[in-house]
Amino acid sequence: MPPMGWFDLNRIWFFGLLVMLCGAVLAYILAARRGMQIKVRRIAGLEAVDDAVGRATEMGRSCLYIPGVQDMNDIQTIASLTVLSRVAKTAAEYDARVEVPTTRSLVMTAARETVQAAYLAAGRPEAFSPDQVYYVTDEQFGYVAYVQGLMVRERPAACFYMGSFFAESLILAEMGNGVGAIQIAGTAQPAQLPFFVAACDYTLIGEEFFAASAYLSGEPDQLGSLKGQDAGKLIVAAGILTGVAAETLASLTGSPAIRSFVNFLINRVLT
Amino acid sequence: MGDFLRDQWWVVAIFIGTLVPLVRRFASVGAMEALRTLDRRWIFLLMLWSVLFPIYFIGVTGRTFPELPSALAHSTFDELDRLAPGDPVLLSFDYDPASEGELQPMATAFVKHCAEKKLKMYFMSLWPVGPQMVQNTVDKVIRPDYPRLVYGQDYVNLGYKSGNEAVIRVITTNIRELYTTDSRGTAMQDIPMMNGITSVQQMKLIINVSAGYPGVKEWVQYAATPYATLHLVAGTTGVQAPLVYPYVPRQLRGLLGAIKGAAEYEKLVIDTYGGPNPDPKYLEGLRRMGPQLVAHLLIIMLILVANFLYFADKRAVGR
Amino acid sequence: MKRTVPLLITAVVGFTLIGAYFVPYTQSWGETVAIWFDVLAAIAFILGGGNLLRSHLKRISDQQSGWAYSIIVLVSFLGTLFVGLGKIGAAPSPQFPDYGWSGNYRQTGSAFWYSYQYAFQPLTATIFALLAFYIASAAFRAFRAKNLEASLLLATAFIVLLGRTFAGVALTAWIDPANWQGFRYFTGLRLENLTVYIMAVFNTAGNRAIMIGIALGIVATSLKILIGVDRSYLGKD
Repeated sequence: MPPMGWFDLNRIWFFGLLVMLCGAVLAYILAARRGMQIKVRRIAGLEAVDDAVGRATEMGRSCLYIPGVQDMNDIQTIASLTVLSRVAKTAAEYDARVEVPTTRSLVMTAARETVQAAYLAAGRPEAFSPDQVYYVTDEQFGYVAYVQGLMVRERPAACFYMGSFFAESLILAEMGNGVGAIQIAGTAQPAQLPFFVAACDYTLIGEEFFAASAYLSGEPDQLGSLKGQDAGKLIVAAGILTGVAAETLASLTGSPAIRSFVNFLINRVLT
Repeated sequence: MGDFLRDQWWVVAIFIGTLVPLVRRFASVGAMEALRTLDRRWIFLLMLWSVLFPIYFIGVTGRTFPELPSALAHSTFDELDRLAPGDPVLLSFDYDPASEGELQPMATAFVKHCAEKKLKMYFMSLWPVGPQMVQNTVDKVIRPDYPRLVYGQDYVNLGYKSGNEAVIRVITTNIRELYTTDSRGTAMQDIPMMNGITSVQQMKLIINVSAGYPGVKEWVQYAATPYATLHLVAGTTGVQAPLVYPYVPRQLRGLLGAIKGAAEYEKLVIDTYGGPNPDPKYLEGLRRMGPQLVAHLLIIMLILVANFLYFADKRAVGR
Repeated sequence: MKRTVPLLITAVVGFTLIGAYFVPYTQSWGETVAIWFDVLAAIAFILGGGNLLRSHLKRISDQQSGWAYSIIVLVSFLGTLFVGLGKIGAAPSPQFPDYGWSGNYRQTGSAFWYSYQYAFQPLTATIFALLAFYIASAAFRAFRAKNLEASLLLATAFIVLLGRTFAGVALTAWIDPANWQGFRYFTGLRLENLTVYIMAVFNTAGNRAIMIGIALGIVATSLKILIGVDRSYLGKD
């Protein structure tokens, strides 16, 4: 068996792309730390978080926060907890109750600490109760059945669906609509976005959901990472345009050189 | 249809009876006002009837709508049909009872097709309740209709392993690193059809029936893409199908999307292997197209009515 | 210290696993760690299960409204645990006939199988079936042709809704070269073909754009977490 090298050369292009994208993000974080002004467009769903919690306080009803149905190894769940931190802090400041039923034990533990820290940061540690964050069941539709019943009984005024969702997205959103709650959703599951867009008042689409943490905190470091994300998008767009142009030229002209360049892109760079 | 309505007059009577209060409301407050303030439970009732009535009609008359298989259904069928008797095929049933309505017909059709082609079937699952789905399909198809097939020689259920895509990554190089026994606890070395099988790369085809994560996307990413010799076909739910269209045809040789895809594939399997009077259990996908048609027409009608209301109100405000 | 140690662990493990992907000797580390996570999540279930028991027992003892449902939850939970762990009704494995617990707890005919087949399966399918009703009510409430984009969306929705059924086939069956040779250039306008084209081209393009954005968002979020810029998952400072 030939000796293994220290670097898998089949993945060299992927490594290069990773360095470019991460480099862009890091560069803008450093630039932001040095004082570069970062402008971020308004994201309606995130602007509405405070209003939603305020509405719940006025109506004397609770806020319901669903952190998705996946475990802590899903990046969407971690992103959801960063939004939960903000929602819980706002709820603590407004003296509104936020309830967080979870579908995973680890998520329950992490969410509990997040909410507790948020209450502490708001100066209301005595208002926090561990029973606000609890485990329901791992089973997807058992969880949905519970949350539906909760919505009908408690009639929350604000519902937040942030995280990874599957088939239950429309069930939750329609039920929330039925009880008259204001609903803000955010997910990176493309298949569930249409359901949330149709049934919720505000929807964070894909990368807007990941931008939530940076947007809500307003810290220059985090805003710099959003700019880096945009730079990454330009890199990807340049790659797409190059590939599409090359393939189009190869098809039109039949040039072997351009065709071999296209094959190189497909078989070496993009694998 | 007329005969059916006459014979089943009591169903028609119940249907009309349940809608009488709605008709009375229309008559009392006017159509426009009734539509504006329509309780959504009336919509639920209409949806119930739009599914129930066709199911009952098809159940009583046995008639289904004609089906024209699409190119994707044909490619899926051809991928299986090109295999020779004795070729090993991996069937990964990654779904649960919630998606059974959409996916069980295609799972049944896949197993029937494999049994007819005398392929060696290796069942597995990435979902905890997947083995139950496998067992249900085996009990439905193989046991009653192919009693010659022997467990351990013609088909085996490897069972569920946790780890999601990590399972795929391991079994594509060394299946025995994860699977030391089958779902019954029999050691791999004691299963005749496992002799010589060391990894999934030896499979002539991978058939994945998928309801979400982990599913077809993971099979594409960790099996079909790194190992170009692996052929993969999949059946997915309607919601998931658009996400995997980009992988057709290079990484995904065939794709059945939702109950429509299942019905198209069933038609191909039944026309080729079903005989003159196919067993109704192989026609479930075709039977479910009836309720799908009526439900879709109902949704279109609701959208049209809602938009009619919207424009009527807009014009009234404009005046 | 309370925050520094978790941040250090996150950074070291995260960057090690990223690097491991590119080094042939360590490429399997990612799979190994994924399996560790599964073990951790399984053990963590004790926390969740304990929390479930505690909260429902409290509801019963406090006689809060709906406490009867808590009894049902506890009976179902403990009952399923008992029949599963005890392999009630499962025949011994043929390899080890002398050992009563050698059979599979999911065996056909076992108590667990019955509860799965006749309780869990119908209930799960029932909740999933609610989607059909909710789609209809969402369609009536939300799909309005308020502007050009919404109108295009509705037209596309009609094409796909019809194209996925026999109605679509029947409505455009007349576009057939057998009726007129010129139709051979227009078979793509048949609703079932148009549906496939819309899903395979327009829908795929939109999905790819969203997926690219999501992927970049994941890269940026993961990097922020690994380098400690985003610490909100640990709780506020």
